[in-house]
Amino acid sequence: MMPEDQRSNSSMILRRVTGDNGAPRLVLTGNCTVAALGKRLHALSAELAAYAADPELQWDLTGIEQMDDAGAVLLWRAWGSRRPPHLLLRPEQERLFNRMKEAPAPPAPMPRNLLWPVTVLGKAVFLLWEHLIGLVILIGQMLLDIKYLISHPAYIPWREISANLYRTGAQALGITALVGFLIGVVLSFLSSRQLQMFGADIFIINILGVSIIRELGPMLAAILVAGRSGSSMTAQLGVMRVTEELDALTVMGIPHSQRLVLPKVVALGIAMPLVVLWTSAVALIGGMVVAEIQLGLSYQFFLNKLPDVVPVANLWLGVGKGAVCGMVIALISCHFGLRIKSNTESLGEGTTNSVVTAITVVIIIDAIFAIVFSNVGLR
Amino acid sequence: MTNGECIIEVKGLYTRFGSHVVHEDINLCVRRGEVIALVGGSGSGKTALMRQMLGLEMPAQGTIRVFGEPLHGHDRGKLQYMRNRCGVLFQKGALFSALSVYDNIALPMRELRTLDEGMICDLVMLKLKMVDIEARHASKMPAELSGGMIKRIALARAMALDPELLFLDEPTAGLDPELSEGFVKLIQTMRTELPLTIVMATHDLDTLVALSDRVAVLAEQRIVALGGLPDVVGTTHPFITNFFRGERGQRALGNTGNVL
Repeated sequence: MMPEDQRSNSSMILRRVTGDNGAPRLVLTGNCTVAALGKRLHALSAELAAYAADPELQWDLTGIEQMDDAGAVLLWRAWGSRRPPHLLLRPEQERLFNRMKEAPAPPAPMPRNLLWPVTVLGKAVFLLWEHLIGLVILIGQMLLDIKYLISHPAYIPWREISANLYRTGAQALGITALVGFLIGVVLSFLSSRQLQMFGADIFIINILGVSIIRELGPMLAAILVAGRSGSSMTAQLGVMRVTEELDALTVMGIPHSQRLVLPKVVALGIAMPLVVLWTSAVALIGGMVVAEIQLGLSYQFFLNKLPDVVPVANLWLGVGKGAVCGMVIALISCHFGLRIKSNTESLGEGTTNSVVTAITVVIIIDAIFAIVFSNVGLR
Repeated sequence: MTNGECIIEVKGLYTRFGSHVVHEDINLCVRRGEVIALVGGSGSGKTALMRQMLGLEMPAQGTIRVFGEPLHGHDRGKLQYMRNRCGVLFQKGALFSALSVYDNIALPMRELRTLDEGMICDLVMLKLKMVDIEARHASKMPAELSGGMIKRIALARAMALDPELLFLDEPTAGLDPELSEGFVKLIQTMRTELPLTIVMATHDLDTLVALSDRVAVLAEQRIVALGGLPDVVGTTHPFITNFFRGERGQRALGNTGNVL
């Protein structure tokens, strides 16, 4: 083994001699392979180019033990992409350089377009339009599916709905509880310090009740679910595209929208309000614990007072927001998932876009709710 | 061309997936300059054995040495040097879908950090020419290519650094007969020009007959026959009888009567 390695490691050596007829000769020996040349490549190409400037020089390559394509390219480029007038080759080297001569020219690089800001903007606008149309089509298709399923209840995908409920609802309980509890604790701690200054301790219940039930609970849950379930939905559909599973479904006559999109939208529409209730409840518990420690408000007092200071309309608003956000998150995730093309980059890009869009839209929905229901549930 | 030296040495290899035993005490020596074909039914562990030779999977027991080096050594430089001397053609090509054809082939060259862009450009064009792909396809993405083109470009990428050792996993699977014949010719031409050692796993009898110097038949968790094609065909083992003496086998062997 060792001698073999030694041989393939010995780099190329150039020797300039004067031939029998007095003509200058350059004798190359050793290995002319990319592995053997290694870091010498750069220096060597300059050296060879200097030799190649002399047209009378005779090149003797017959002493080279091994030459690979990279070595041949090195010589070829030094010669200025043509054979030098005096060249001695072995037959296999002859073949190598013949191939070099036949190699096609690389395609010309695309000319840079000076109008690129305009085209980029235009493309972005068209893309936005495409997404809007795509979403409208998806929603329309879903409504048609629902109509069809109402008249053919046997085709309702119960199993898929149930699986999605478990994945997006039950499995999200842990993380939403953790985040909800911590936010409740922090909010309660900060507010109680401020309220203590004014001696308005009792209002901690109003602040926590309204802000968590109406705003924070639904928003926290929606953003967490968008990041968690939204990304997984997009990735799932994307991988199904890459592995041609989507095509397999199509040829079996099973529509994507009915079997893949609808169960997700329905399941998240059901699961989200429940997750919202859960998050709000845990956040309130967190707040309650801190209120007890910081302000000495007993749990019983807190719970008794809560229904009096927070109108029940706030609860319905939170749950309603949850249902809408859930369905919108599922729709957006599926829309982006179905648009993924079968390559890895598209998969990553699609998932990112899906989550970013879902979270943005969730916040927009929240703002719309805040404006529309500004007179509801507040005293 | 062939001499006694082992370029890959497999000793006492056992493979288990859970409780399922795939290989039992496999010993194999791949000699420099030969083409060795791994043959076996589905699930006989051809691909598993090849993946272990590549260091992608660890055998449960036993050692594999490639170029005399253990595959899971700790010397980074040596491992990289060994990797640069191996080329692999995966069954589905495994082209990087985020890179164009040109960049796919240029990637291993750029990773060397010794070649400049001008040389890389010439080399890529040379490799494309070698696998008979026109220059205008160089800027295409793998998703836009047909299966046959993906295979050929993947071969060009595998050959990017002129490796001494080439692994082919089902080189002609998924190609139409004409394309697969062209592919076999291509590999034969490369063998005449470069001192290649080839390890291939294949189902295709025509490829097997046309390319292999030696055949290793995997069945019943071990190598049941190893040797030149005529010797292997002469062995009496139910799998070999089925595989080579079937109608398809007879046809493939008959076409090259002069080989036997």
